[in-house]
Amino acid sequence: MAAPVTAERPAARQLPGGHALRRIGKAIRSNRKATAGTVLLVLFTLISLFPGVIAHDDPVQDAYTPRLGFSTAHLLGTNSFGQDLWSQVVYGTRNVLEIAIVVGLLTTGIAVIIGVAAAYLGGVWDGVLSVFTDILLVIPLFPLLIVIAAYTNGANMFVLIAAITLTGWSYTARQLRSQALTLRSRDFLEAARVRGERRLYVILVEVIPTMTSLIVASFLTNALYAILFSSGLQFVGLGDPNTVSWGTTLYWAQNEAALQTGYPQWAIAPGLCIAAMGAAFALLNYAFDEIGNPALRPVRRPRRRRNA
Amino acid sequence: MPDPILEVENLSVDYLMDSGPVRAVDDVSFTLGGREFLAIVGESGCGKSTLLFAIAQLLAPPAEVAAGSVKFQGTNLVRLSDKDLSAVRWRDISVVMQSAMNALNPVKSIGAQFKDAMRAHGKYSGQEITDRSAEVLKMVGIDPVHLRSYPHQLSGGMRQRSMIAMAMLFTPDLIIMDEPTSALDVVAQRALMVQIKELQEQFGFAIIFVTHDMSLVSHFSDRLMVMYAGQTAEVGATRDIFDRPQHPYTKGLLEAFPSVRGPKTPLKGITGSPPDLAQLPPGCRFQPRCPVAFDECLTHQPELYPVNASLARCLRVRDRQADPDRMKDGVR
Amino acid sequence: MSELLKTDRLTRHFKIGNALSRRTLHAVDDVSFAVGEREIIALAGESGSGKSTIARLLARIYEPTAGTITFEGRDLRTMRGRKDKLKYSGQVPMVFQDPFASINPVFRVSHGILRGLKLHRPELTAKQRQEEAERTFEVVGLNPKMLERFPYELSGGQRQRVGFAQALAMRPKLILADEPVSMLDVSIRIGLLNLMAKLRDEQGVSILYITHDIASARYVADRLIVMYAGRIAETGPIEDVLTTPRHPYTQLLLSAVPDPRAPLTEVTDRGEPPRVVDPTPGCRFRWRCPLAIDRCHQVTPDPAELLPGHEVACHVAAAGADVKAFTFS
Repeated sequence: MAAPVTAERPAARQLPGGHALRRIGKAIRSNRKATAGTVLLVLFTLISLFPGVIAHDDPVQDAYTPRLGFSTAHLLGTNSFGQDLWSQVVYGTRNVLEIAIVVGLLTTGIAVIIGVAAAYLGGVWDGVLSVFTDILLVIPLFPLLIVIAAYTNGANMFVLIAAITLTGWSYTARQLRSQALTLRSRDFLEAARVRGERRLYVILVEVIPTMTSLIVASFLTNALYAILFSSGLQFVGLGDPNTVSWGTTLYWAQNEAALQTGYPQWAIAPGLCIAAMGAAFALLNYAFDEIGNPALRPVRRPRRRRNA
Repeated sequence: MPDPILEVENLSVDYLMDSGPVRAVDDVSFTLGGREFLAIVGESGCGKSTLLFAIAQLLAPPAEVAAGSVKFQGTNLVRLSDKDLSAVRWRDISVVMQSAMNALNPVKSIGAQFKDAMRAHGKYSGQEITDRSAEVLKMVGIDPVHLRSYPHQLSGGMRQRSMIAMAMLFTPDLIIMDEPTSALDVVAQRALMVQIKELQEQFGFAIIFVTHDMSLVSHFSDRLMVMYAGQTAEVGATRDIFDRPQHPYTKGLLEAFPSVRGPKTPLKGITGSPPDLAQLPPGCRFQPRCPVAFDECLTHQPELYPVNASLARCLRVRDRQADPDRMKDGVR
Repeated sequence: MSELLKTDRLTRHFKIGNALSRRTLHAVDDVSFAVGEREIIALAGESGSGKSTIARLLARIYEPTAGTITFEGRDLRTMRGRKDKLKYSGQVPMVFQDPFASINPVFRVSHGILRGLKLHRPELTAKQRQEEAERTFEVVGLNPKMLERFPYELSGGQRQRVGFAQALAMRPKLILADEPVSMLDVSIRIGLLNLMAKLRDEQGVSILYITHDIASARYVADRLIVMYAGRIAETGPIEDVLTTPRHPYTQLLLSAVPDPRAPLTEVTDRGEPPRVVDPTPGCRFRWRCPLAIDRCHQVTPDPAELLPGHEVACHVAAAGADVKAFTFS
């Protein structure tokens, strides 16, 4: 059958060598969402690494007069235990970011192994792995998390990470399996097989690198959900109430009726931070989609020419 | 010729890229008569598909018409509002796309798609729609029972013919076809070309046929326009172009087709690739690949010069007209 | 001329349909041919002819349902271990149709060649591998500096040359070229076709050139195999087959090929090749054939050698009729 003739693109005048990092840097600078998301994320990372730079007080020390309002000494005032709220919020960044990144990496990692293996092994293995994935997919996430966290009696960070990872990898595994299945018939993979490559090599070296955009997007999405779920669990009281984290700050704010007693900043500050970090990951996610798929980029619509 | 049905004048189409506008179609002009079959031929990146989309007013951002006009029966289509355009679409001008499997909705029957097309362009009763749908299918040689079939149930040739039938629902005055045969086998291709020609002779519409395969249209088109890097390289009567090609690119193209009959000769093709439209050479666009380029070709951009009954964008043609016997660099 | 690769009644069927209605698609049936050294054999046919399936059978992507494939005298079924299979894949590599999908976009274009060298010629050092990669690029007409480019920086024609370079790196005896020029612009095709002829003449490599375009087959091949609906219709030296076609299908194909230099031949057939599912005995071309006789509906014709080296699978031709006089032109 006469095959359609594809566009003969002349050799592109690209950055010499087209080094991946340079391209990513250029892509981030040229896309507004990517820039905003990156700036936010870098900001949060710096804060979590060097909290002492902007917050001078120890967050856990209840050394001050409780229930103070805004002042230069206490930017957000103090809570009902006498702790400086600004320090609480700043120091809490580390906990949230750690959970986000670790859960993101773990869930995506497990999903890649299981999803791609299911697609490539096929047959019985695919069946077994898929059933396993589907069961976990169908179980409602939040109730399961509550059960696990309640069982461990006040989950410390380790348990929190484990619980969210356990319940979170299945969705991504499904997605990656689907994409791996479509890639299976791509010519360059057949070319690798015909060349004599072993199956494991094909999966690790030829397939997974071409799935990077989906894998990165999954990482970002999983990190985002980790933030929301961990904060949610902590807010409900299932986290460790002694850790310094935005979710636990919210928990105490709720317990001490902060909104009703006229100290709304106790609840609003950590809430805004959760939203901001979530937005950072979400923006990066959109940006990666647009960078990877030019069809999604916002298009400047020209005014119709009337004087042609 | 009697009043032309389509007049394209100095049409230019730009793609608005981040780095600036790139001109994909540069100052193209031609006229088309009422029953004429014009073939637009060129390789990838020559702008033929963009030109076709511009004529059919199907350009989407970032592409836009930068200059020129497309006058259909006297009205400039470029200036029309969407509402006025849709009155013209399908009734007077219709389009047959490249791959029927991409253009047809796989989850709707052929009849349902014909119904959609008819409903979109007028008020018709269910019976009128069914009757007309059956009629156009018969015109292209398909049994009307296939109105109930889904695209995947038809063979490739039948799908393509049903696309043509859909284009003929309102017996338009002009049908634009974008490589309608490229997804077909050679026998089905031949059958489709013959069918198209027969329909044209029976119903009297004009055809613009875009293809990358010159030999396909050699026995069917009245006139042939060869495009290169967004410009018209040569245009004239089909037989003239095949028998006496004037532009070195046309000559190169004709020599790149191995033939099934006759003596077997070694062929060269055309070395190099088409230019990057964002970084065009200063003189003639074909000069880097041209076997007979001379000094002036590097700096001077050729216009379309008349030669016999054709036009060719080549400085040698210009000079040959001025002084037919003069040789330059040992080549006429 | 010694035989490099030989197939004997090669057959491949696929099961289609669901559990309720199991049917068998006959992609390839009883195909026997041989490829010698230093020759280009064109395997031509339309869609559904089975030509791509044969390529995949020879590349060992599919296993035959029946029949044998012999390479250098050895039946492929005896090549079971990894070592044997690897050796075969180096001697019989494949070049794919789509220049934009057949190279991994993530790596530089040197990747496939270097991997091929590493797998098939492990005795080479890294430096030698690099030199070999550069040599293959020169043979296919690419600047060795382009080894460091990424696929998106290359044009379609250049990528196809990379495909041939990948095959050459493994010192092949026979290259399976599956429609290598179909997706390229016409003016670029000649360059690749000339390259294939050069590989045969200078590198001593045989090529199985799979195509739907008879004109390009004529340009580059020594022998032609015409396939229809999974079976061989006609085979022989290319000039013989094209000047005196004996199978009605070959004649039909020839009349339908657009040739600007010749007047238009009338072709009334508008049929298309069938998908062969659970076929009954008889010639698969019989419904479209103007010369079909009763026997054509009852007995499937086998290729018969009507002239030296020229085989035709047609009852009417075997009975001595001058096919050309009666058919489509």
